[in-house]
Amino acid sequence: MSYKAKFRVWRGEGGEGKLEDFTVEVNEGEVVLDIIHRLQATQAPDLAVRWNCKAGKCGSCSMEINGRPKLGCMTRMSTFTEDETITVTPMRTFPVIKDLVTDVSFNYQKAREIPSFTPPSDVKPGEYRMQQIDVERSQEFRKCIECFMCNNVCHVIRDHEENKPGFAGPRFLMRIAELDMHPYDVADRKDSAQEEHGLGYCNITKCCTEVCPEHIKITDNALIPMKERVVDRKYDPLVWLGNKIFKRSSSKS
Amino acid sequence: MEIERHEYDVVVIGAGGAGLRAAIEARQQGKRTAIVCKSLFGKAHTVMAEGGAAAAMGNVNSADNWMVHFRDTMRGGKFLNNWRMAELHAKEAPDRVWELEAWGALFDRTKDGKISQRNFGGHEYPRLAHVGDRTGLELIRTLQQRVVALQQEDEKLHGDAEAYIKVFQECTVTRLLKDGDAISGAFGYWRENGKLILFDAPAVVLATGGIGKSYVVTSNSWEYTGDGHALALLAGAKLINMEFIQFHPTGMVWPPSVRGILVTESVRGDGGVLKNSDGKRFMFDYIPEVFKDKYATTEEEGDRWYTDQANNRRPPELLPRDEVARAINSEVKAGRGSPQGGVYLDVSSRLPATEIVRRLPSMHHQFKELADVDITKEPMQVGPTCHYIMGGVEVDADTGAADVPGLFAAGEVSGGMHGSNRLGGNSLSDLLVFGRRAGAGAASYVDGLAARPKISPDSVDAAKAEALAPLERAGENPYEVHHELQRTMNELVGIIRKAEEVTEALEAVGKLKERARGVGAVGSRIYNPGWHLSLDLRNMLLVSECVAKAALLRQESRGGHTRDDFPGMSSEWRRKLLRCGLSPDGSSVTVEEKVQPSMREDLIKLFDRDELKKYITEDELADFDALVKE
Amino acid sequence: MTQTTADSPARRQRAQIKERTLRTDQWWRYPLITFIIFTAFLVYATWAIFDTSYFVSPYHAPFASPCLATSCPPESRLFGFAPFGDWYTLPPGLLILGLPAGFRFTCYYYRKAYYRGFWLSPPACGVNEPHSKYTGESRFPLILQNVHRYFFYAAIVVGLVLAIDAVKALIGNPTGLGTWILIVNAVLINLYTLSCHSCRHITAGRLNHFSKHPVRYKAWGFVSKLNAKHQELALISMFSVMGADLYVRLVAKGIINFPFA
Repeated sequence: MSYKAKFRVWRGEGGEGKLEDFTVEVNEGEVVLDIIHRLQATQAPDLAVRWNCKAGKCGSCSMEINGRPKLGCMTRMSTFTEDETITVTPMRTFPVIKDLVTDVSFNYQKAREIPSFTPPSDVKPGEYRMQQIDVERSQEFRKCIECFMCNNVCHVIRDHEENKPGFAGPRFLMRIAELDMHPYDVADRKDSAQEEHGLGYCNITKCCTEVCPEHIKITDNALIPMKERVVDRKYDPLVWLGNKIFKRSSSKS
Repeated sequence: MEIERHEYDVVVIGAGGAGLRAAIEARQQGKRTAIVCKSLFGKAHTVMAEGGAAAAMGNVNSADNWMVHFRDTMRGGKFLNNWRMAELHAKEAPDRVWELEAWGALFDRTKDGKISQRNFGGHEYPRLAHVGDRTGLELIRTLQQRVVALQQEDEKLHGDAEAYIKVFQECTVTRLLKDGDAISGAFGYWRENGKLILFDAPAVVLATGGIGKSYVVTSNSWEYTGDGHALALLAGAKLINMEFIQFHPTGMVWPPSVRGILVTESVRGDGGVLKNSDGKRFMFDYIPEVFKDKYATTEEEGDRWYTDQANNRRPPELLPRDEVARAINSEVKAGRGSPQGGVYLDVSSRLPATEIVRRLPSMHHQFKELADVDITKEPMQVGPTCHYIMGGVEVDADTGAADVPGLFAAGEVSGGMHGSNRLGGNSLSDLLVFGRRAGAGAASYVDGLAARPKISPDSVDAAKAEALAPLERAGENPYEVHHELQRTMNELVGIIRKAEEVTEALEAVGKLKERARGVGAVGSRIYNPGWHLSLDLRNMLLVSECVAKAALLRQESRGGHTRDDFPGMSSEWRRKLLRCGLSPDGSSVTVEEKVQPSMREDLIKLFDRDELKKYITEDELADFDALVKE
Repeated sequence: MTQTTADSPARRQRAQIKERTLRTDQWWRYPLITFIIFTAFLVYATWAIFDTSYFVSPYHAPFASPCLATSCPPESRLFGFAPFGDWYTLPPGLLILGLPAGFRFTCYYYRKAYYRGFWLSPPACGVNEPHSKYTGESRFPLILQNVHRYFFYAAIVVGLVLAIDAVKALIGNPTGLGTWILIVNAVLINLYTLSCHSCRHITAGRLNHFSKHPVRYKAWGFVSKLNAKHQELALISMFSVMGADLYVRLVAKGIINFPFA
């Protein structure tokens, strides 16, 4: 039932560090996070890992296992062979604090840059009437547990640190889509999605969708529909022509 | 070494539902508010709540109102509840839920576009506002986004988003500081770098949740180490009802790594049934006397209820949690359990696969991913898991104020609201109702202060020495002490309790306290989990002592407290609350009895005499008769 | 910065890991296969443009349909229509191929595939891309990808033409294998067109209140189902159109000449 597995875990502080080798016991039914905890309890008491619910609901234990972003608590050991060396590293896109713990404040910064839900001023609490079919799209996006693995895997910022200021990442572009599709939201989000939050950087290579532990169709249901909504606004030739004429006449007067 | 220092009006400890709601309220009342939490912002344990938030909005059944909800709550808590809290809760829950909607929450809808409500154990009508089975996530995200919205407002007004509300995440508070009797601040450390931090604040709201990490099998996360309970005790406040711990009847039992993780009650609300290894729906054998006329006695009637609730009684799978947990416990003990020591919860033979996936998406996901079990094809194995503590800081119902001036508590860390047993769904609404009240209470307390209490350098030095001590010792591994505490509590102060076993547990806890003083943490102060655990041990041990001492004293069985040697419920004990405090020398816990105040006349009149007589004494019944005659 | 955690200078740096990726699976298969398939398609399409045996009654090779020049055999013209006179001497396929090519080039699926397979941006998830700068579709030239919607409108017309060709073939030779190949191809091409993300948006995706537009909502539901298979339809229809085109040309060249061809 139980066997000894080979683990390589990235250890270090503030960016400097290396992969350290461990041999550790694995029992039936365990997940990678269990093994990290076993290392903590038996071999490396100060091994840092962020975790919380251990049931795939809080999105704390994001890490990269064999190079792929995963939740440690949702990666069953049975998905590996017994002789395989399992490499565990912190998320690569964010600065590392220690070992597997990264500084994810980028994401909180971005969350604050997205204007909040803006209901019409004349609707009071308790008066909201929405049909199920009208809330379902946004509900899918609200399943997000903010593990930030989509932002971690997105090459726009993973491979290009310099893009961070102008790109909200899949998580928060999806938040914009969620609000834009909300039946009661009255804020205009299309221009800012493109101009401020970097929707145009997305080249829909779908890595965000691939890594999403909640299986949210981020690209197909949020990012592409949002791109299409931006096209409505900005790249529709009729609208574009209208804007040109309007601008010209206003500059004349 | 210099200690980082911040000045606030209100410091909220904990960023779950109660903490965030309290902070939002304090900020909305113009107070400079800090939120301090051990995890990242938005990861609090509230995300785990699945079923929904109970609020008598009457959207699905218009016969529902606050009085019915109040009655259900009192009944569920076996009349031990603080009735004023139960009343406020039932009255205000709908407004709190609607308010969330105005902040962007998207609940599931009824046909006419209102918030849909679902059935849940102990609730007479469909009452739980929900989003699939991830209501807790919706709640925490909505409150989180509300905090962000307030910060955006402040950014526009003051140019600083964090001027009035700021989140200190991954930061642990280890001591509350006092100036004389009154709270003057809080002391703690940053988890990520071990630096110390001091909050200078006249009001502290505790919203730290529960104590589940003192048990082996628990649905609670690592954060649930009873911090708020212990901080309150150490600051001189009292804890009540600590003997009442809810064991959720359905936790996962397999694989071992996920043992204890919750299987939502909605599985049963949506048709799931409990079976033993003989394939028998055993819950029909466990309907207690007090509930006899409210639950179906045959499978046929129980099954009809799912489609016709007006003319049938509900199936006994939907009995309050304590009843179901005890029933499962007895079945397993009688040798009729599943191979891994639980019983079977089956929804696969009851609903079509597509319907299961639609109604219980995250359960389907959870079993598929964690246990490799497809719940549309095979039954789940479930067993009781330590889930919630009804007991907590004794507070004033209206303001959330504890005995100590400047100290407030809301949510799971406060006590009284749920009596001896909490109904499913009442937790999320509790967070919202009393979170708001505690935030408002703290704000008005600050307004009423003549002068800000001061922090004495001595108390800071003491707190600092205490926090750094484990790093300076090369002692025992804290994990071992923790594991032993968990085993002790699980085995000796678990679902079923006996005087001898609880006494044994108390002795063991005494010894563990001794050992905990010697634990050491190797490594640096940067994100050092061993050090963190060493500090949390103090809290878990204090709280465990409260639980065990109170459990030993209460010689009856009621709700979340079952004594093998006192199996009956006693009307005399119903009038008594057990109140834990810190002994004068601060080394241990003392417990005293306190009389529960009588229910207000208009409230007690909401009940039938026949029902009351199951719970209250002859004298009280005579008073009730006199009252009704008037 | 931000939602507070303590400041310390050490926290600005990512984990320094030299390996471009630590993935142990065969992540390079997807970009490689994409590269091979798309390259093969491009080579075939280039050859097909210059190949003149695109019509054999009643079959019309899809790559050259509709035929709009007077150089086309009269029977092959769409409703006898030939706006391009004798002066046009280039291959007639060039006139119309831009539309389906543009549709596929700007298609959200193809974009994903060739950004990965040709431009390696990124080659696979969690594998570093080789470019030092990246601006994606935020500026010229890739910002032009936003014209996808207009190619979609054109693609509807092209889909209709292929359907008409299939019907013509059915009338002319109901038992011919070529007829049925053209029919299957027309169905797949039209399904691919309908499964397009722009189509989904136009149907009802742009609305915020489905409940007020029940018919459009129904259509959206249908398109959404197809859309979930957009990648599969894109690839299958690419093979079918290539296959159908090649088949017609081989019949026209007389290479395939069995009785029910």
